[in-house]
Amino acid sequence: MHNLLRPYDFEFFRNGVIVATISGALCGLIGVFVVLKGMSYIGHGLSHAIFGGYAASALLGVNFILGAGTWGIASALMIGGVTRRKLIGADAAIGVITTASFALGLALFAVFGRRGRSFDAALFGSILGVGIEDVIAISLVTIAVALIVFFGYRKLLFTTFDPDVADASGVSTARVEALLMVMLAASILATMQILGVTLIAATLVIPPTVARMLTNSFSRMLLISTAIGAVTGFVGMNLSYHLDVQSGPSIVLVGAAMFAIVFVFTGARGRMRANAFDVH
Amino acid sequence: MSDSRAEALRLTDEPLLALSNVTCAYGSKAVLTDVDLTIGKRQFTGIVGPSGSGKTTALRVLLGAVAPVRGSVHRRAGVRIGYVPQVETVNWNFPVTVGECVLMARTSGRWLPWRNAAERAEVSDVLDRLGIGDLTARHIRELSGGQQQRVFIARALLGQPDVLLMDEPTSGVDVSTRHEILHLLEDLHHDGLSIVLTTHDLNGLASHLPHLICLNNSVIGAGTPIEVLTVDVLERTYGARMEVLQHAGMPVILDQPHHRMVAAGDVVPIRRTGT
Repeated sequence: MHNLLRPYDFEFFRNGVIVATISGALCGLIGVFVVLKGMSYIGHGLSHAIFGGYAASALLGVNFILGAGTWGIASALMIGGVTRRKLIGADAAIGVITTASFALGLALFAVFGRRGRSFDAALFGSILGVGIEDVIAISLVTIAVALIVFFGYRKLLFTTFDPDVADASGVSTARVEALLMVMLAASILATMQILGVTLIAATLVIPPTVARMLTNSFSRMLLISTAIGAVTGFVGMNLSYHLDVQSGPSIVLVGAAMFAIVFVFTGARGRMRANAFDVH
Repeated sequence: MSDSRAEALRLTDEPLLALSNVTCAYGSKAVLTDVDLTIGKRQFTGIVGPSGSGKTTALRVLLGAVAPVRGSVHRRAGVRIGYVPQVETVNWNFPVTVGECVLMARTSGRWLPWRNAAERAEVSDVLDRLGIGDLTARHIRELSGGQQQRVFIARALLGQPDVLLMDEPTSGVDVSTRHEILHLLEDLHHDGLSIVLTTHDLNGLASHLPHLICLNNSVIGAGTPIEVLTVDVLERTYGARMEVLQHAGMPVILDQPHHRMVAAGDVVPIRRTGT
């Protein structure tokens, strides 16, 4: 017991656990919309795109949240716009915009050297350097997203399930989808430090997939996915310390283990429910 | 429908919906050309035509989901439209219960996610009216074809529409479910609802309706089934020659026998016996 609690003597770890738990909950919540709308590839791509903004803000000495945030939201809206207007294939649009941004980030770090926050932490996640400002940032983003989902629940559900009819019924689906992209970008930005850009997509996909196997109701799926994300973040962060692996891989592996357990115990029924996802 | 709004709609003969010289295109391909169409009060119209003839596009223009490139769309002020999508386009694995699905019709006026007492009563009433009141908590996939269709009709009815637009309501359902849906639509029409539907089913559905429009990118014919389901109109609509018989005052459409298969003995023509 003493061994389990020992890391809590360190402030950075306490902050890390709080951030990981809230990050997991946030990704679990927003992930429901990501997987049900078949946007998993967008989540994956967007996390890479934000890395470009991360590199640029580190080099220019601009505030990370401001620099990478502006970059991420611009990328998100650009991807959303291109996808919605079907100008070119959605996969191609995401591939071009996000990988170019990721490559730019790598190039900037290569030319100007690594400054500011850790390069590895951005890629794979780390709790080192997680401070109270990160706790505040992730808490604010989570509260904002939770409030939007709570008060916009009906429009979000209609737009996710049946966008054409929602649009014709007076729901501004373009605005709702843009809002979803902004929430996704903000969530990725807030959780990037702890989860790493290469692994964020998994935390967006695993909790809702597990939740879908456990329920047929949209409202319950939102609650279960959020709870699974939080538990995964909490357990993953603790294991990260004891097993001495980075926080990102540890959290994702806990989520994958949870998926495997639920997959086995829910059997064919769970697998049939999870067929809802058109994961790209 | 509120009494004052119903009274306002009753007092005028202005059509509920009308298309005037409407042309629609996806890219450079025109799917509707110079289409005129009027939907009045208590009208029950079926739109028939081959695949790609613009039936669904016509519905979507009436709904306001597709804008025409030319022509005008008129919707009477205050008219409410309910839309029932084609069941093939629905993601039946989406995590949504019957109650959640029906409540989607209520996106404005209330910010809280859960149903209040009045909404619970309304959802319950509309589901009871359609005979599926005991299915509120069931997942939409766990229903029969007829019940699934009723869920989406219930969602449309919760918006208290004046006109119900339905895309292929009997597509992929068996004969008894088709009868069930047709009887339900007749009841709704009898209660004062205008209905416009698209269908491929000439004998099972179209010939039972009071008014039909034959569409193949433009309107080929419009009128009662007896008036429009003729050899000439069907050939111009479908590009294939069909036989038209009459049974109990309704047209019955038969495909021409495939001569090569008949000649090869693969199809044995049925010899008509009796009267």
